[in-house]
Amino acid sequence: MSKVVLKLGDDVSTDIIYPGRFMATVLPTETPQYAFADLVDFNTRVKKKEIQPKSVIVAGSNFGCGSSREQAASCLKGPDFIVIARDFARIFLQNSINLGLNTIICPAIEADEGDELEISATQVVNETTGKSFELVPLPRARQAIIDAGGLIPYTRQRLLQAKK
Amino acid sequence: MGMTVVEKILARATDQPHVKAGDVLEPRVDLAMSHENGALVINQFQEIYQGTGLQARVWDPDRIVLIFDHRVPAESAKTATNQKKVREFVAQQGIKKFHDIRGDEGGICHQILPENGYILPGQVVVGTDSHTTSHGALGAFSFGIGATEMASVWTLGRILNVEVPGTIKVEVHGHLQPYVLPKDLILHLIGRISAQGANFKVIEFHGPAIEGISTSGRLTICNMAVEAGATSGIVPTDAETVRYLHEEAGVEGTVEVLRPDADAVYDKVIEIDASILDPQLACPHTVDNVKSIQEVAGKQVNQIVIGSCTNGRLDDIRIAAQILEGKKVARNVRMLVFPASARIYRQALKEGTLLTLMEAGAVVMNSGCGPCLGVHQGALADGDVALATTNRNFKGRMGNPSAEVYLCSPAVAAASALTGKITDPRKGA
Repeated sequence: MSKVVLKLGDDVSTDIIYPGRFMATVLPTETPQYAFADLVDFNTRVKKKEIQPKSVIVAGSNFGCGSSREQAASCLKGPDFIVIARDFARIFLQNSINLGLNTIICPAIEADEGDELEISATQVVNETTGKSFELVPLPRARQAIIDAGGLIPYTRQRLLQAKK
Repeated sequence: MGMTVVEKILARATDQPHVKAGDVLEPRVDLAMSHENGALVINQFQEIYQGTGLQARVWDPDRIVLIFDHRVPAESAKTATNQKKVREFVAQQGIKKFHDIRGDEGGICHQILPENGYILPGQVVVGTDSHTTSHGALGAFSFGIGATEMASVWTLGRILNVEVPGTIKVEVHGHLQPYVLPKDLILHLIGRISAQGANFKVIEFHGPAIEGISTSGRLTICNMAVEAGATSGIVPTDAETVRYLHEEAGVEGTVEVLRPDADAVYDKVIEIDASILDPQLACPHTVDNVKSIQEVAGKQVNQIVIGSCTNGRLDDIRIAAQILEGKKVARNVRMLVFPASARIYRQALKEGTLLTLMEAGAVVMNSGCGPCLGVHQGALADGDVALATTNRNFKGRMGNPSAEVYLCSPAVAAASALTGKITDPRKGA
């Protein structure tokens, strides 16, 4: 069971997720401190590590639009968030899959902060409201990367195959 | 079944006679660009090689470009150290297409690539910057990726598991009226189809209005295709592409003309009549919150920014100078001008354009991304309103979530600098 800790609307940009003024910070170990830096209350809870791993951020459509900055994915991967959105912007989704951030496409999702969700391979059940919502599979082009545990191990496999 | 321009490019980059939207491919990459975030790419690249026993070498140093633009000169020790790390990597790997902080060859990545002839029609171009869509203006398939994806490209020379995107055809009829610019056209399109209207798609631009727009204006249009969610924008090669590459980019020899097949399959076709367009503005805090100038004229502004990869080229600076010549920037407004590259800066310097702007009261800054992304120079005060020729107006974008950013053309920006209020450049023109 995973709890919803943040609910957001449509078109959440990477400037909201990880403001540009912190872009000189690149290390995945350091980026979580600036996650949603302008949502001060939420950011404070992230910084104080008050949020349980596998907590859920629920968003509308086009989550992660804007910049290609990978910090927007790495800052959410660090605290081990699950992001459920109606759909995602392309570069953010690819960055998330590459880094192993758990992103779930759920076009009809309805959940509020505090709701408890049960997530399976095919659906999200909102245990608080009793409603269930079907998932859309991630782009099939990316499955090999997910299976390998991210783009770094996948590229490493490919590199070693090519050198044989 | 015919192919779109991007399908043709991807067929060639995978040695296949035919590909179609939805196919999953691993195309060869012709050019791979990064800016300061090259520091993160280097980390990820080295991690790929970890434990392999292999020496970390990029696949082809001549196909990698590194450019400093986001924070130049460095605004902090942290940035300076990242830049130093990139410099050392460039030397170690033998990368020659490197543009450091210099007054002869520096500038914003999306201007450096075309003006140096690095981009050619038919190429597959990737960049660790979302506005890499710009280079579709020269008929390349050019799109933004993240740092880890780039590290993978540096290793393998291919981009893995790409799904061929569907294409939206935009047909622009008529011609833009005086003081209505390519920026107004792309803002109109984004307002019409929304910030997610072209998600995971390519926008292919056609029609007499596009044919009549110079490469500079086409760069503006393709630059902002990403603000409609597009993977890329693309303008099929024509006589203007060939002229630009030969006359302005120093490219020699035959330039390939790459057009879609007559029976290419499009996801949809959108038609625009350019001749009835008014100047457009993207209002806070989303790029698709687009209004005609009549709806927002009179709004007080505190800071005007002309520049960026969207509108920092010579014709953008010239039209501003033409509007401001012999006049003064309003007392309650700060006007900042950022030429998109050192080359443009020097051209504008030589022809006197920068002098005109400075005499009017504008501050001319060095080439770079400047205040566009809120990390460096020109931050806004609480409650400030900025009017900028840049490409994003997200809350907090210019460094302050308590400020507002409106996006517009350089003509609107310059006309508004004179009055301190959002002003139609056609009035008094």
